[in-house]
Amino acid sequence: MRKYQIIKTRTPMPQQDPHERAHNFSEVALGYTEEMAIKEANRCIQCKTRPCVKGCPVEVPIPEFIAKVAAHDFEGAIDKIKEKNVLPAICGRVCPQETQCEAKCTLGKITGSRPVAIGRLERFVADWEQRVKDIGEFDEGTCVDLSGKTKVAVIGAGPAGLTCAGELAKLDYDVTIFEAFHKTGGVLVYGIPEFRLPKKIVQKEIDNLRECGVKIKLDAVVGKLYTLEDLEEQGYKAFFIGVGAGLPIFLNIPGIELNGVLSANEYLTRVNLMKAYDPSYDTMVDSGKVIAVLGGGNVAMDSARTALRLGAEKVIVVYRRSEKEIPARREEYEHAVEEGIEFHFLRNPTKIIGDEKGFVKEMEVIKMELGEPDASGRRRPIPIPGSEYTISVDLVIMAIGTRANPLLTQNIPNLKLNKWGYIEVNKHMQSSIPNVFAGGDIVTGSATVISAMGAGKEAAKGIHKFLQGKLDDS
Amino acid sequence: MGWKILSKKFLNNEQSVFEMVVEAPDMAKKAHGGNFVILRLTEQGERFPLTVADYDVEKGTITIVVMKIGKSTTELSLMEPGEEILDFVGPLGKSAHIEKYEHPVVLVGGGVGIAPIFPQAKELKAIGNHVIVILGARTKDLLFWEDKFRQIVDEVIVTTDDGSYGKKGFVTDRLKELMENKPLSHVIAIGPIIMMKFVAKLTNGQGDLPKIPTTVSLNPIMVDGTGMCGGCRFLTLDGQAKFACVDGPDVDGHNVNFDNLIARNSRFQREEHERLEKFEHECKLLAMADKAEGECKE
Ligand SMILES: Cc1cc2nc3c(=O)[nH]c(=O)nc-3n(C[C@H](O)[C@H](O)[C@H](O)COP(=O)(O)OP(=O)(O)OC[C@H]3O[C@@H](n4cnc5c(N)ncnc54)[C@H](O)[C@@H]3O)c2cc1C
Ligand SMILES: Cc1cc2nc3c(=O)[nH]c(=O)nc-3n(C[C@H](O)[C@H](O)[C@H](O)COP(=O)(O)OP(=O)(O)OC[C@H]3O[C@@H](n4cnc5c(N)ncnc54)[C@H](O)[C@@H]3O)c2cc1C
Ligand code: SF4
Ligand code: SF4
Ligand code: FES
Repeated sequence: MRKYQIIKTRTPMPQQDPHERAHNFSEVALGYTEEMAIKEANRCIQCKTRPCVKGCPVEVPIPEFIAKVAAHDFEGAIDKIKEKNVLPAICGRVCPQETQCEAKCTLGKITGSRPVAIGRLERFVADWEQRVKDIGEFDEGTCVDLSGKTKVAVIGAGPAGLTCAGELAKLDYDVTIFEAFHKTGGVLVYGIPEFRLPKKIVQKEIDNLRECGVKIKLDAVVGKLYTLEDLEEQGYKAFFIGVGAGLPIFLNIPGIELNGVLSANEYLTRVNLMKAYDPSYDTMVDSGKVIAVLGGGNVAMDSARTALRLGAEKVIVVYRRSEKEIPARREEYEHAVEEGIEFHFLRNPTKIIGDEKGFVKEMEVIKMELGEPDASGRRRPIPIPGSEYTISVDLVIMAIGTRANPLLTQNIPNLKLNKWGYIEVNKHMQSSIPNVFAGGDIVTGSATVISAMGAGKEAAKGIHKFLQGKLDDS
Repeated sequence: MGWKILSKKFLNNEQSVFEMVVEAPDMAKKAHGGNFVILRLTEQGERFPLTVADYDVEKGTITIVVMKIGKSTTELSLMEPGEEILDFVGPLGKSAHIEKYEHPVVLVGGGVGIAPIFPQAKELKAIGNHVIVILGARTKDLLFWEDKFRQIVDEVIVTTDDGSYGKKGFVTDRLKELMENKPLSHVIAIGPIIMMKFVAKLTNGQGDLPKIPTTVSLNPIMVDGTGMCGGCRFLTLDGQAKFACVDGPDVDGHNVNFDNLIARNSRFQREEHERLEKFEHECKLLAMADKAEGECKE
């Protein structure tokens, strides 16, 4: 038997220099080399109880794949990961590992020691596969022909829909994805910026799906262009709804109608999906010297760091709780600080003030203090009366959350929704309509890429059982 | 993949307004008055909205009528039948509310807004309404579709700002005359924001004239058209922010803060101007290159 020695420090991740990267859209974290990956994999002590696996929503066989990496068997490692996770290049980059797999790692429990860098290793293995296999340009000709098989419609091409479609294709269904935008990927392409998740990685994953025979219909807003009945008439026997939670929330304060106040959704869509950062594209995006971003999650970090890259002189993140409570991935917060983003904690805007032409000029903020813990267990921020002051800003980007988009759901009679408008499902991800399944943010509210993928996979299993007449309604 | 342009026709001598028929059979089945489509012409192009000006379920087509103002609309005007529009998404927005009214319904179309009142006029007439349309334009050359309307509605009133055709004056003058003469059930106004603002002011019951429910069609800057970005939000008079793409674009004209809408539409004015200048410059260079090539061949 091999003897394990505890190595407390992780192999550092090579990164672009913060000063340089603050002005470009290339990926920030550069990825491990083979040597680094093997070194980090050797830190894993191969716990018998596999606590890390319990932290992963899709139960990637973590010790097993890491053992393969340590043994220089990258091919074996990728096969292990893919048993559970079909989009490892994406998850390795965007999963909040510090609250999932890595939170449970034994090495992290030892004083002064850091967990094994599971996410970085997962990313390394996935990138290795794409490099060696050099999947290259997508060729329609290689598609598997599934015509004649049972037709299933997947609505929404975010991580939930893509995963569900992939699983269904493996089960030999004739799957078509209907996507409202002109590109597939959901938040992966319109929300998460290039410097954190290069779009060619998402595209590769989508090409893989098409090679499995999955058909994709873009520019198809279901609920408008087609109702579910229309699709039933076209022969679809079951449906998966993965339309995300895309309705932006605006703070209810005076001034939100001003030019220069925009949702993170709009800001990021203009920049990522519509490539406003590239001068050869026509899409415009609001510019300014001083930009305030409201919120403390991943969306706020992405907006702030995007603003910096588009040339803002100063970017301020205004968050109503303290540093401890920010919900963003730790790494993204640290990267933002390194890049020079300013954080104003325990502050909340009360008013946005415009100039005579209707453009933002100033924002009034109030200081907050933390009170008793609320239902979510976090200490509730309370405004301190009389502590208001104003700051000069050119743009205010709201990254304070989203709600369920009713565009499709309101057009499906008898679909049961909860009081916030999210779809109610049972453990098979089946909705109140037997042949309609759902998963991802439209069921849970804003969550994570990996949980959306997990839901898509469960739903595929549910749909398979349902179509075989084997789904018990328990 | 794309959506094929079946025909293109300029509607005036100035060639600033054109009509295009696009092959989109699935959309034609679902489209109604009040709906719009979002287009993208090239990989580098922006997404921009246009109202459905007509639809034909049998032929499987959607008609749009477009005014050339900036880069995207100019680029579209240069496309020819047979070419394909890269993205053509819809039908988006709420469909117009159609019911049988007791008294006549008046549809007011100003400028390029003449086109989008057509499907609504058609649908209102089909269920037996008495339909009156007022078509307004700056000058005779900018007026179009008069015959098309005459074939389907009860009365067509034409007015031009300079009196070069029809009666001289504004659409609001003609609407006022109607309001003074007979009871009306509903007014629908589509055109420049300023026109819709004055129509709504005339019908809000706060002057000497009776109040008439009035629908206007909002045209704020949009991205997705599905409620996802909030860029299209507009302010109601009672201070709420709503999204034009899903709560509209047809909304109650008596509850819109038009001044805010005008301000919001100037959001990218500077950038748009620069972009169009660059585009025109490139076009000139291209034209020069073409000419040079032509001369070489000779
Ligand atoms: C800026 C940003 C950063 C994030 N960062 C992270 C991160 O670092 N790590 C992480 O784990 N999570 C992150 N998240 C959250 C994560 O991206 C989401 O939880 C996840 O994408 C949800 O997946 P989904 O498939 O349910 O929906 P989405 O990704 O929202 O995809 C839904 C798709 O459905 C389409 N659609 C909507 N309506 C219709 C319709 N009527 N017809 C057809 N198609 C329709 C949409 O266009 C979209 O493509 C982030 C989110 C944002 C916005
Ligand atoms: C619901 C709706 C329906 C419309 N229907 C028609 C129609 O039937 N016929 C027609 O000619 N025009 C219509 N418009 C206006 C049309 O979308 C704009 O003229 C077009 O986007 C201008 O693009 P451009 O690049 O040519 O000009 P630009 O130089 O980009 O802009 C000129 C002006 O057009 C407006 N505009 C620019 N981008 C957008 C955008 N993405 N969304 C909305 N407005 C924008 C702004 O007010 C801007 O100042 C409609 C707009 C909306 C919102
Ligand atoms: S999928 Fe995410 S949570 Fe699971 S092991 Fe990979 S990085 Fe960790
Ligand atoms: S908990 Fe950590 S050390 Fe243990 S097997 Fe998992 S990754 Fe390795
Ligand atoms: S256009 Fe994006 S929400 Fe209306």
